[in-house]
Amino acid sequence: MQINDKIVKKIKKDFPIFENNPGLIYLDNAATSQKPLQVIDSITSFYKKENANIHRGFYKLSENATKRYEDSRLIIEKFINAEHGEVIFTKNTTESINLLSYCITPLIKEGRNEILLTEMEHHSNLVPWQEFAKRHNFKIKFIKIKEDFNLDYDDANKEIGEKTALISMVHVSNSLGIVNDVKKLVEIGKRSGAITIVDAAQSVSHMKIDVKEIGCDFLAFSGHKMLAPFGIGVLYGKKELLEKMIPFNFGGDMIKSVSYENATYNDLPMKFEAGTQNIAGVIGLAEAIKYLEYIGMENIKRWEKELLVYSVNKIRNIKGIKLYLSNVDLNSSIFSFNLNNAHPHDVVTLLDEDGIAIRGGHHCCMPLMNKLGISGTCRISFSFYNNFEDIDKLINSLNKINQIFNR
Amino acid sequence: MEEKVDFNLNETAKDMYKEYILELYRNPNNFGKLKKPTFEHKEYNPLCGDEIEISILIENECVKDINFRGKGCVLSIAAASLITDKIKGMNIKDVLILNKDDLLNILQIPITITRLKCILLPLEAIKICLRKNGKSSS
Ligand SMILES: Cc1ncc(COP(=O)(O)O)c(C=O)c1O
Repeated sequence: MQINDKIVKKIKKDFPIFENNPGLIYLDNAATSQKPLQVIDSITSFYKKENANIHRGFYKLSENATKRYEDSRLIIEKFINAEHGEVIFTKNTTESINLLSYCITPLIKEGRNEILLTEMEHHSNLVPWQEFAKRHNFKIKFIKIKEDFNLDYDDANKEIGEKTALISMVHVSNSLGIVNDVKKLVEIGKRSGAITIVDAAQSVSHMKIDVKEIGCDFLAFSGHKMLAPFGIGVLYGKKELLEKMIPFNFGGDMIKSVSYENATYNDLPMKFEAGTQNIAGVIGLAEAIKYLEYIGMENIKRWEKELLVYSVNKIRNIKGIKLYLSNVDLNSSIFSFNLNNAHPHDVVTLLDEDGIAIRGGHHCCMPLMNKLGISGTCRISFSFYNNFEDIDKLINSLNKINQIFNR
Repeated sequence: MEEKVDFNLNETAKDMYKEYILELYRNPNNFGKLKKPTFEHKEYNPLCGDEIEISILIENECVKDINFRGKGCVLSIAAASLITDKIKGMNIKDVLILNKDDLLNILQIPITITRLKCILLPLEAIKICLRKNGKSSS
Protein backbone atom coordinates (compact mmCIF):
# COMPACT_ATOMS: atom_id res chain seq x y z
CA MET A 1 0.00 0.00 0.00
CA GLN A 2 1.44 3.32 -1.13
CA ILE A 3 0.01 6.25 0.81
CA ASN A 4 -1.73 8.79 -1.36
CA ASP A 5 -4.42 11.41 -0.90
CA LYS A 6 -7.18 8.83 -1.32
CA ILE A 7 -5.69 6.38 1.17
CA VAL A 8 -5.21 9.17 3.71
CA LYS A 9 -8.96 9.79 3.59
CA LYS A 10 -9.43 6.16 4.58
CA ILE A 11 -6.71 6.28 7.23
CA LYS A 12 -8.32 9.35 8.80
CA LYS A 13 -11.42 7.26 9.45
CA ASP A 14 -9.35 5.20 11.89
CA PHE A 15 -8.83 8.32 14.02
CA PRO A 16 -12.07 9.22 15.84
CA ILE A 17 -10.78 12.69 16.74
CA PHE A 18 -11.48 13.81 13.17
CA GLU A 19 -15.06 12.60 13.18
CA ASN A 20 -15.66 14.25 16.54
CA ASN A 21 -14.09 17.54 15.50
CA PRO A 22 -15.33 18.20 11.98
CA GLY A 23 -12.97 20.43 10.08
CA LEU A 24 -10.01 19.86 12.39
CA ILE A 25 -6.69 20.13 10.60
CA TYR A 26 -4.18 18.74 13.02
CA LEU A 27 -0.62 19.85 12.34
CA ASP A 28 0.83 19.57 15.84
CA ASN A 29 1.91 15.96 15.71
CA ALA A 30 5.30 16.69 17.24
CA ALA A 31 3.51 17.65 20.46
CA THR A 32 1.43 14.51 20.47
CA SER A 33 -0.09 12.31 17.81
CA GLN A 34 -3.75 11.44 17.52
CA LYS A 35 -4.77 7.91 18.45
CA PRO A 36 -6.35 5.35 16.14
CA LEU A 37 -9.41 3.39 17.19
CA GLN A 38 -7.33 0.19 17.23
CA VAL A 39 -5.17 1.62 20.03
CA ILE A 40 -8.08 3.11 21.96
CA ASP A 41 -9.98 -0.18 21.70
CA SER A 42 -7.01 -2.22 22.87
CA ILE A 43 -6.90 -0.17 26.04
CA THR A 44 -10.62 -0.16 26.82
CA SER A 45 -10.84 -3.82 25.95
CA PHE A 46 -8.03 -4.63 28.38
CA TYR A 47 -9.79 -2.76 31.18
CA LYS A 48 -13.15 -4.27 30.31
CA LYS A 49 -12.13 -7.87 29.80
CA GLU A 50 -8.64 -8.58 31.03
CA ASN A 51 -7.82 -6.21 33.86
CA ALA A 52 -5.53 -7.69 36.55
CA ASN A 53 -2.15 -6.85 37.99
CA ILE A 54 0.85 -8.59 36.49
CA HIS A 55 3.72 -10.81 37.67
CA ARG A 56 2.39 -11.75 41.10
CA GLY A 57 -0.97 -13.40 40.55
CA PHE A 58 -1.16 -17.15 40.06
CA TYR A 59 -4.62 -17.09 38.62
CA LYS A 60 -5.64 -17.05 34.98
CA LEU A 61 -6.58 -13.38 34.72
CA SER A 62 -3.26 -12.23 36.13
CA GLU A 63 -1.29 -14.71 34.07
CA ASN A 64 -3.03 -13.45 30.96
CA ALA A 65 -2.26 -9.83 31.88
CA THR A 66 1.40 -10.74 32.45
CA LYS A 67 1.51 -12.43 29.08
CA ARG A 68 -0.10 -9.46 27.35
CA TYR A 69 2.43 -7.12 29.02
CA GLU A 70 5.47 -9.21 28.14
CA ASP A 71 4.25 -10.00 24.62
CA SER A 72 3.87 -6.26 24.10
CA ARG A 73 7.44 -5.75 25.23
CA LEU A 74 8.57 -8.26 22.58
CA ILE A 75 6.73 -6.30 19.89
CA ILE A 76 8.35 -3.06 21.01
CA GLU A 77 11.81 -4.65 21.21
CA LYS A 78 11.44 -6.06 17.73
CA PHE A 79 10.25 -2.70 16.39
CA ILE A 80 13.59 -1.06 17.23
CA ASN A 81 15.63 -4.26 16.76
CA ALA A 82 16.60 -4.55 20.45
CA GLU A 83 17.45 -7.77 22.25
CA HIS A 84 15.04 -9.17 24.79
CA GLY A 85 15.29 -7.34 28.10
CA GLU A 86 16.69 -4.17 26.57
CA VAL A 87 13.40 -2.22 26.55
CA ILE A 88 12.49 -0.61 29.85
CA PHE A 89 9.15 1.07 30.35
CA THR A 90 9.01 4.62 31.66
CA LYS A 91 6.46 7.44 31.59
CA ASN A 92 7.94 9.29 28.63
CA THR A 93 11.17 10.45 27.01
CA THR A 94 11.76 12.90 29.82
CA GLU A 95 11.62 10.19 32.44
CA SER A 96 13.85 7.91 30.36
CA ILE A 97 16.54 10.59 30.24
CA ASN A 98 16.11 11.41 33.93
CA LEU A 99 16.50 7.72 34.72
CA LEU A 100 19.79 7.73 32.84
CA SER A 101 20.97 10.88 34.56
CA TYR A 102 20.49 9.20 37.95
CA CYS A 103 21.62 5.65 37.21
CA ILE A 104 24.44 6.04 34.74
CA THR A 105 27.32 6.87 37.11
CA PRO A 106 28.67 3.28 37.36
CA LEU A 107 29.26 3.39 33.59
CA ILE A 108 31.32 6.56 33.57
CA LYS A 109 35.00 5.94 33.16
CA GLU A 110 37.59 7.36 35.58
CA GLY A 111 38.81 10.84 34.79
CA ARG A 112 35.96 11.76 32.46
CA ASN A 113 33.95 14.78 33.52
CA GLU A 114 32.41 16.27 30.40
CA ILE A 115 28.99 15.87 28.83
CA LEU A 116 28.53 16.61 25.16
CA LEU A 117 25.12 17.71 23.85
CA THR A 118 24.02 19.62 20.77
CA GLU A 119 22.78 23.20 20.59
CA MET A 120 19.35 21.98 19.48
CA GLU A 121 18.34 19.83 22.44
CA HIS A 122 14.84 19.79 23.87
CA HIS A 123 14.87 20.92 27.51
CA SER A 124 14.28 17.23 28.33
CA ASN A 125 17.72 16.34 27.12
CA LEU A 126 19.36 19.41 28.60
CA VAL A 127 18.05 20.16 32.08
CA PRO A 128 18.58 16.60 33.48
CA TRP A 129 22.22 16.87 32.40
CA GLN A 130 22.57 20.35 33.87
CA GLU A 131 21.43 18.88 37.18
CA PHE A 132 23.73 15.90 36.75
CA ALA A 133 26.61 18.28 36.09
CA LYS A 134 25.82 20.20 39.27
CA ARG A 135 25.64 17.03 41.35
CA HIS A 136 28.88 15.56 40.02
CA ASN A 137 30.78 18.70 39.15
CA PHE A 138 30.79 17.96 35.42
CA LYS A 139 31.07 20.36 32.52
CA ILE A 140 28.59 20.50 29.61
CA LYS A 141 29.75 21.24 26.08
CA PHE A 142 27.62 21.78 23.00
CA ILE A 143 28.08 20.76 19.39
CA LYS A 144 27.38 23.93 17.40
CA ILE A 145 24.84 24.33 14.68
CA LYS A 146 25.84 25.98 11.43
CA GLU A 147 24.20 28.84 9.52
CA ASP A 148 22.01 26.33 7.71
CA PHE A 149 20.85 24.90 11.09
CA ASN A 150 22.63 21.59 10.53
CA LEU A 151 25.00 20.30 13.15
CA ASP A 152 28.65 21.10 12.65
CA TYR A 153 30.18 17.62 12.62
CA ASP A 154 33.69 19.07 12.52
CA ASP A 155 32.86 20.81 15.76
CA ALA A 156 31.65 17.49 17.18
CA ASN A 157 35.05 16.01 16.40
CA LYS A 158 36.72 18.97 18.08
CA GLU A 159 34.60 18.94 21.23
CA ILE A 160 34.81 15.22 21.88
CA GLY A 161 37.84 13.84 23.64
CA GLU A 162 39.22 11.70 26.42
CA LYS A 163 37.32 13.82 28.95
CA THR A 164 33.93 13.13 27.37
CA ALA A 165 31.90 10.85 29.63
CA LEU A 166 28.82 10.79 27.46
CA ILE A 167 27.30 12.28 24.36
CA SER A 168 23.53 12.71 24.17
CA MET A 169 21.80 14.02 21.07
CA VAL A 170 18.42 14.59 19.59
CA HIS A 171 17.74 12.51 16.48
CA VAL A 172 15.19 14.86 14.89
CA SER A 173 15.01 18.38 16.26
CA ASN A 174 11.48 19.08 17.47
CA SER A 175 11.76 22.80 16.77
CA LEU A 176 13.41 22.96 13.34
CA GLY A 177 12.97 19.42 12.06
CA ILE A 178 16.66 18.95 11.40
CA VAL A 179 17.53 15.25 11.05
CA ASN A 180 20.86 14.62 12.70
CA ASP A 181 23.23 11.94 11.51
CA VAL A 182 23.11 10.09 14.80
CA LYS A 183 24.99 7.12 13.39
CA LYS A 184 27.92 9.39 12.64
CA LEU A 185 27.73 11.08 16.06
CA VAL A 186 27.60 7.69 17.78
CA GLU A 187 30.69 6.66 15.85
CA ILE A 188 32.45 9.84 16.90
CA GLY A 189 31.43 9.20 20.50
CA LYS A 190 32.50 5.57 20.42
CA ARG A 191 35.88 6.41 19.01
CA SER A 192 36.72 8.36 22.12
CA GLY A 193 35.07 5.88 24.48
CA ALA A 194 32.03 7.95 25.45
CA ILE A 195 28.59 6.60 26.35
CA THR A 196 26.14 7.39 23.54
CA ILE A 197 22.50 8.40 24.03
CA VAL A 198 19.87 9.24 21.41
CA ASP A 199 16.65 11.19 22.01
CA ALA A 200 14.38 9.58 19.43
CA ALA A 201 11.15 11.28 20.56
CA GLN A 202 10.65 12.90 17.15
CA SER A 203 12.00 10.15 14.92
CA VAL A 204 10.61 6.86 16.15
CA SER A 205 7.21 7.16 14.49
CA HIS A 206 8.46 8.81 11.31
CA MET A 207 11.29 6.54 10.16
CA LYS A 208 12.64 3.07 10.78
CA ILE A 209 14.72 3.02 13.96
CA ASP A 210 17.23 0.21 14.33
CA VAL A 211 19.26 0.54 17.51
CA LYS A 212 21.88 -1.88 16.22
CA GLU A 213 22.37 0.09 13.07
CA ILE A 214 22.60 3.39 14.95
CA GLY A 215 24.91 1.64 17.39
CA CYS A 216 23.94 3.80 20.37
CA ASP A 217 24.13 2.63 23.96
CA PHE A 218 20.77 4.16 24.93
CA LEU A 219 17.74 5.51 23.12
CA ALA A 220 14.63 7.18 24.52
CA PHE A 221 11.13 7.83 23.17
CA SER A 222 7.52 8.54 24.20
CA GLY A 223 4.47 6.49 23.30
CA HIS A 224 2.12 9.44 23.02
CA LYS A 225 3.98 10.87 20.01
CA MET A 226 3.57 7.56 18.15
CA LEU A 227 -0.18 6.86 18.32
CA ALA A 228 -0.01 5.33 21.82
CA PRO A 229 -1.59 6.69 25.01
CA PHE A 230 -0.05 9.23 27.37
CA GLY A 231 2.07 8.00 30.24
CA ILE A 232 4.06 5.28 28.51
CA GLY A 233 7.62 5.74 27.32
CA VAL A 234 10.65 3.63 26.56
CA LEU A 235 14.28 3.57 27.47
CA TYR A 236 16.34 1.23 25.34
CA GLY A 237 19.73 0.27 26.71
CA LYS A 238 22.38 -2.28 25.85
CA LYS A 239 22.03 -5.21 28.18
CA GLU A 240 25.57 -5.26 29.51
CA LEU A 241 25.27 -1.57 30.37
CA LEU A 242 21.85 -1.78 31.99
CA GLU A 243 23.18 -4.62 34.11
CA LYS A 244 25.95 -2.44 35.51
CA MET A 245 23.65 0.48 36.28
CA ILE A 246 21.99 1.18 39.60
CA PRO A 247 18.16 1.02 39.75
CA PHE A 248 16.15 4.24 39.48
CA ASN A 249 13.22 3.50 41.78
CA PHE A 250 13.16 1.01 44.57
CA GLY A 251 10.22 -1.06 45.80
CA GLY A 252 8.02 -3.88 44.59
CA ASP A 253 8.74 -5.93 41.47
CA MET A 254 12.29 -4.69 41.05
CA ILE A 255 13.60 -7.07 43.70
CA LYS A 256 14.52 -10.76 43.85
CA SER A 257 14.47 -11.15 47.60
CA VAL A 258 14.06 -8.80 50.50
CA SER A 259 14.95 -9.05 54.18
CA TYR A 260 14.31 -6.36 56.77
CA GLU A 261 17.83 -5.10 56.23
CA ASN A 262 18.51 -5.59 52.57
CA ALA A 263 17.34 -6.49 49.08
CA THR A 264 18.76 -8.07 45.96
CA TYR A 265 17.63 -6.60 42.69
CA ASN A 266 15.69 -8.33 39.99
CA ASP A 267 17.00 -9.16 36.52
CA LEU A 268 16.51 -6.91 33.53
CA PRO A 269 14.22 -5.29 32.65
CA MET A 270 12.31 -5.58 35.94
CA LYS A 271 15.22 -4.07 37.84
CA PHE A 272 14.14 -0.74 36.39
CA GLU A 273 10.38 -1.21 36.66
CA ALA A 274 9.54 -0.69 40.31
CA GLY A 275 5.93 -0.73 41.40
CA THR A 276 2.82 -1.41 39.37
CA GLN A 277 3.40 -0.41 35.79
CA ASN A 278 1.20 1.24 33.17
CA ILE A 279 0.05 -2.12 31.86
CA ALA A 280 -2.70 -0.81 29.60
CA GLY A 281 -0.24 1.80 28.29
CA VAL A 282 2.22 -0.91 27.30
CA ILE A 283 -0.53 -2.85 25.53
CA GLY A 284 -1.61 0.36 23.78
CA LEU A 285 1.95 1.05 22.69
CA ALA A 286 2.30 -2.43 21.18
CA GLU A 287 -0.99 -1.88 19.33
CA ALA A 288 0.29 1.50 18.08
CA ILE A 289 3.38 -0.21 16.72
CA LYS A 290 1.25 -2.79 14.97
CA TYR A 291 -0.66 0.07 13.35
CA LEU A 292 2.54 1.88 12.29
CA GLU A 293 3.87 -1.35 10.80
CA TYR A 294 0.62 -1.95 8.99
CA ILE A 295 1.03 1.44 7.30
CA GLY A 296 4.77 0.79 6.94
CA MET A 297 7.62 2.94 8.20
CA GLU A 298 9.16 3.44 4.75
CA ASN A 299 5.76 4.41 3.44
CA ILE A 300 5.27 6.90 6.27
CA LYS A 301 8.66 8.47 5.72
CA ARG A 302 8.07 8.84 2.00
CA TRP A 303 4.61 10.38 2.39
CA GLU A 304 5.65 12.82 5.10
CA LYS A 305 8.54 13.95 2.94
CA GLU A 306 6.12 14.55 0.09
CA LEU A 307 3.96 16.65 2.42
CA LEU A 308 6.96 18.63 3.60
CA VAL A 309 8.26 19.37 0.11
CA TYR A 310 4.77 20.31 -1.09
CA SER A 311 4.18 22.71 1.79
CA VAL A 312 7.62 24.29 1.70
CA ASN A 313 7.28 24.99 -2.02
CA LYS A 314 3.96 26.71 -1.41
CA ILE A 315 4.77 28.52 1.80
CA ARG A 316 7.94 29.99 0.29
CA ASN A 317 5.77 32.22 -1.88
CA ILE A 318 3.99 33.88 1.02
CA LYS A 319 5.19 37.45 1.37
CA GLY A 320 7.18 38.12 4.52
CA ILE A 321 7.68 34.48 5.45
CA LYS A 322 10.91 33.43 7.10
CA LEU A 323 11.60 29.71 6.94
CA TYR A 324 14.06 28.00 9.26
CA LEU A 325 15.06 25.25 6.89
CA SER A 326 18.17 23.25 6.39
CA ASN A 327 19.26 23.62 2.79
CA VAL A 328 20.79 20.17 2.73
CA ASP A 329 17.66 18.09 2.42
CA LEU A 330 14.04 18.13 3.45
CA ASN A 331 13.78 14.83 5.16
CA SER A 332 11.68 15.23 8.24
CA SER A 333 8.06 15.84 9.04
CA ILE A 334 8.62 19.14 10.87
CA PHE A 335 9.35 22.69 9.80
CA SER A 336 9.35 26.11 11.43
CA PHE A 337 8.62 29.60 10.17
CA ASN A 338 7.75 33.12 11.19
CA LEU A 339 5.30 35.39 9.43
CA ASN A 340 6.38 39.01 9.08
CA ASN A 341 6.78 40.31 12.60
CA ALA A 342 3.73 38.50 13.88
CA HIS A 343 4.14 36.85 17.24
CA PRO A 344 3.85 33.06 16.84
CA HIS A 345 1.09 33.00 19.47
CA ASP A 346 -1.04 35.33 17.36
CA VAL A 347 -0.53 33.18 14.28
CA VAL A 348 -1.52 30.07 16.23
CA THR A 349 -4.69 31.63 17.64
CA LEU A 350 -5.70 33.01 14.26
CA LEU A 351 -5.09 29.68 12.51
CA ASP A 352 -7.22 28.06 15.16
CA GLU A 353 -10.07 30.18 13.90
CA ASP A 354 -9.95 28.07 10.75
CA GLY A 355 -9.70 24.82 12.68
CA ILE A 356 -5.97 24.50 12.08
CA ALA A 357 -3.92 23.33 15.05
CA ILE A 358 -0.22 24.17 15.01
CA ARG A 359 2.24 25.14 17.72
CA GLY A 360 3.92 28.48 18.27
CA GLY A 361 6.57 29.45 20.76
CA HIS A 362 9.95 28.23 21.89
CA HIS A 363 9.12 24.50 21.63
CA CYS A 364 11.07 23.72 24.80
CA CYS A 365 14.25 24.87 23.04
CA MET A 366 14.83 28.27 24.67
CA PRO A 367 18.64 28.25 24.26
CA LEU A 368 18.28 27.53 20.55
CA MET A 369 15.69 30.30 20.08
CA ASN A 370 18.00 32.72 21.87
CA LYS A 371 20.83 31.70 19.60
CA LEU A 372 18.66 32.35 16.56
CA GLY A 373 17.68 35.70 18.07
CA ILE A 374 13.96 34.96 18.09
CA SER A 375 11.40 34.39 20.80
CA GLY A 376 9.90 31.46 18.96
CA THR A 377 8.58 30.06 15.72
CA CYS A 378 5.40 28.68 14.26
CA ARG A 379 5.85 24.96 13.82
CA ILE A 380 4.10 22.59 11.46
CA SER A 381 4.53 18.90 12.18
CA PHE A 382 2.97 16.22 10.01
CA SER A 383 1.79 12.73 10.49
CA PHE A 384 0.91 10.19 7.80
CA TYR A 385 -2.78 11.07 8.21
CA ASN A 386 -2.23 14.60 6.89
CA ASN A 387 -2.75 15.33 3.21
CA PHE A 388 -2.30 18.02 0.57
CA GLU A 389 -5.73 19.42 1.30
CA ASP A 390 -4.65 20.15 4.89
CA ILE A 391 -1.68 22.08 3.53
CA ASP A 392 -3.75 24.03 0.99
CA LYS A 393 -6.04 25.16 3.79
CA LEU A 394 -3.06 26.13 5.91
CA ILE A 395 -1.61 28.25 3.11
CA ASN A 396 -4.95 29.90 2.56
CA SER A 397 -5.27 30.84 6.21
CA LEU A 398 -1.70 32.07 6.40
CA ASN A 399 -2.37 34.38 3.46
CA LYS A 400 -5.40 35.74 5.30
CA ILE A 401 -3.42 36.29 8.51
CA ASN A 402 -0.67 37.93 6.53
CA GLN A 403 -3.12 40.61 5.42
CA ILE A 404 -3.92 41.45 9.04
CA PHE A 405 -0.29 42.06 9.83
CA ASN A 406 0.57 43.75 6.55
CA ARG A 407 -2.11 46.41 6.66
CA MET B 1 -23.81 8.71 24.40
CA GLU B 2 -21.51 9.80 21.60
CA GLU B 3 -21.82 13.52 21.29
CA LYS B 4 -20.22 15.61 18.62
CA VAL B 5 -18.10 18.43 19.92
CA ASP B 6 -18.34 21.34 17.55
CA PHE B 7 -15.51 23.74 17.05
CA ASN B 8 -16.65 26.55 19.31
CA LEU B 9 -13.02 27.59 19.73
CA ASN B 10 -13.49 29.50 16.49
CA GLU B 11 -15.70 32.04 18.15
CA THR B 12 -13.10 32.99 20.71
CA ALA B 13 -10.36 33.72 18.23
CA LYS B 14 -12.66 35.97 16.22
CA ASP B 15 -13.78 37.76 19.37
CA MET B 16 -10.26 38.26 20.64
CA TYR B 17 -8.87 39.71 17.43
CA LYS B 18 -11.45 42.46 17.03
CA GLU B 19 -10.62 45.20 14.58
CA TYR B 20 -10.03 47.82 17.32
CA ILE B 21 -7.62 45.44 19.06
CA LEU B 22 -5.71 44.92 15.83
CA GLU B 23 -5.69 48.67 15.24
CA LEU B 24 -4.16 49.20 18.69
CA TYR B 25 -1.50 46.65 17.78
CA ARG B 26 -0.66 48.43 14.53
CA ASN B 27 -0.74 51.90 16.10
CA PRO B 28 -0.37 51.56 19.85
CA ASN B 29 -1.14 54.43 22.21
CA ASN B 30 1.59 55.80 24.48
CA PHE B 31 4.25 53.91 22.57
CA GLY B 32 7.80 55.08 23.17
CA LYS B 33 9.91 56.32 26.03
CA LEU B 34 9.39 59.44 28.17
CA LYS B 35 12.24 61.94 28.02
CA LYS B 36 12.45 62.55 31.76
CA PRO B 37 10.67 59.71 33.54
CA THR B 38 10.47 59.47 37.30
CA PHE B 39 10.57 55.67 37.17
CA GLU B 40 11.62 53.13 34.55
CA HIS B 41 11.36 49.39 34.38
CA LYS B 42 11.88 46.55 31.91
CA GLU B 43 9.97 43.30 32.26
CA TYR B 44 10.50 40.13 30.29
CA ASN B 45 8.41 37.03 29.82
CA PRO B 46 10.79 34.33 28.62
CA LEU B 47 7.94 31.91 27.94
CA CYS B 48 6.46 34.16 25.26
CA GLY B 49 9.58 36.12 24.51
CA ASP B 50 7.61 39.29 25.23
CA GLU B 51 9.48 42.37 26.40
CA ILE B 52 8.08 45.58 27.77
CA GLU B 53 9.83 48.73 28.94
CA ILE B 54 7.82 51.17 31.03
CA SER B 55 8.64 54.81 31.71
CA ILE B 56 6.47 56.78 34.12
CA LEU B 57 6.30 60.42 35.14
CA ILE B 58 4.92 60.91 38.66
CA GLU B 59 3.55 64.16 40.09
CA ASN B 60 1.86 64.40 43.49
CA GLU B 61 1.61 60.63 43.86
CA CYS B 62 -0.22 60.51 40.53
CA VAL B 63 0.72 59.11 37.13
CA LYS B 64 1.20 62.25 35.09
CA ASP B 65 2.40 60.45 31.97
CA ILE B 66 3.36 56.96 30.93
CA ASN B 67 4.95 55.32 27.90
CA PHE B 68 5.75 51.76 26.98
CA ARG B 69 7.78 50.10 24.29
CA GLY B 70 8.80 46.56 23.52
CA LYS B 71 7.61 43.58 21.58
CA GLY B 72 4.83 41.16 22.08
CA CYS B 73 1.76 39.63 20.58
CA VAL B 74 -1.31 41.54 19.46
CA LEU B 75 -3.02 41.00 22.78
CA SER B 76 -0.15 42.19 24.95
CA ILE B 77 0.45 45.33 22.86
CA ALA B 78 -3.26 46.16 22.83
CA ALA B 79 -3.45 45.58 26.59
CA ALA B 80 -0.42 47.82 27.15
CA SER B 81 -2.02 50.50 24.99
CA LEU B 82 -5.26 50.50 26.93
CA ILE B 83 -3.85 50.10 30.42
CA THR B 84 -1.44 52.99 29.94
CA ASP B 85 -4.40 55.10 28.75
CA LYS B 86 -6.40 54.07 31.77
CA ILE B 87 -3.86 54.88 34.47
CA LYS B 88 -2.91 58.31 33.23
CA GLY B 89 -3.98 60.67 36.03
CA MET B 90 -4.57 57.84 38.46
CA ASN B 91 -3.20 57.79 41.97
CA ILE B 92 -0.35 55.27 42.46
CA LYS B 93 -2.27 53.50 45.19
CA ASP B 94 -5.22 52.93 42.87
CA VAL B 95 -3.00 51.63 40.10
CA LEU B 96 -1.49 49.07 42.47
CA ILE B 97 -4.87 47.47 43.13
CA LEU B 98 -5.87 47.04 39.48
CA ASN B 99 -6.32 43.38 38.61
CA LYS B 100 -7.13 40.94 35.86
CA ASP B 101 -10.84 41.74 35.92
CA ASP B 102 -10.18 45.45 35.45
CA LEU B 103 -8.04 44.56 32.46
CA LEU B 104 -10.73 42.38 30.94
CA ASN B 105 -13.17 45.24 31.42
CA ILE B 106 -10.90 47.66 29.65
CA LEU B 107 -10.15 45.27 26.80
CA GLN B 108 -13.77 44.21 26.25
CA ILE B 109 -12.80 40.88 24.70
CA PRO B 110 -12.93 37.30 25.97
CA ILE B 111 -9.50 35.89 26.67
CA THR B 112 -8.76 32.17 26.54
CA ILE B 113 -6.89 30.75 29.53
CA THR B 114 -3.70 30.17 27.60
CA ARG B 115 -3.57 33.79 26.44
CA LEU B 116 -4.29 35.40 29.80
CA LYS B 117 -0.63 35.87 30.62
CA CYS B 118 -0.23 37.92 27.42
CA ILE B 119 -2.52 40.68 28.65
CA LEU B 120 -1.25 40.56 32.23
CA LEU B 121 2.38 41.36 31.48
CA PRO B 122 2.01 45.13 30.89
CA LEU B 123 0.05 45.68 34.11
CA GLU B 124 2.49 43.51 36.03
CA ALA B 125 5.38 45.52 34.66
CA ILE B 126 3.74 48.80 35.67
CA LYS B 127 3.04 47.55 39.19
CA ILE B 128 6.55 46.19 39.65
CA CYS B 129 7.91 49.51 38.42
CA LEU B 130 5.84 51.50 40.90
CA ARG B 131 6.52 49.17 43.85
CA LYS B 132 10.22 48.85 43.23
CA ASN B 133 10.74 52.60 42.96
CA GLY B 134 8.22 53.45 45.66
CA LYS B 135 10.31 51.46 48.10
CA SER B 136 13.67 52.94 47.24
CA SER B 137 12.40 56.52 47.38
CA SER B 138 10.56 56.24 50.71
C1 LIG C 1 13.01 15.97 20.87
C2 LIG C 1 12.18 15.78 22.09
N1 LIG C 1 12.73 15.25 23.19
C3 LIG C 1 12.01 15.04 24.29
C4 LIG C 1 10.69 15.37 24.37
C5 LIG C 1 9.94 15.15 25.64
O1 LIG C 1 8.94 14.22 25.48
P1 LIG C 1 7.94 13.92 26.67
O2 LIG C 1 7.30 15.22 27.02
O3 LIG C 1 6.98 12.94 26.10
O4 LIG C 1 8.75 13.38 27.78
C6 LIG C 1 10.07 15.93 23.26
C7 LIG C 1 8.65 16.34 23.33
O5 LIG C 1 8.24 17.37 22.86
C8 LIG C 1 10.83 16.14 22.10
O6 LIG C 1 10.28 16.69 21.01
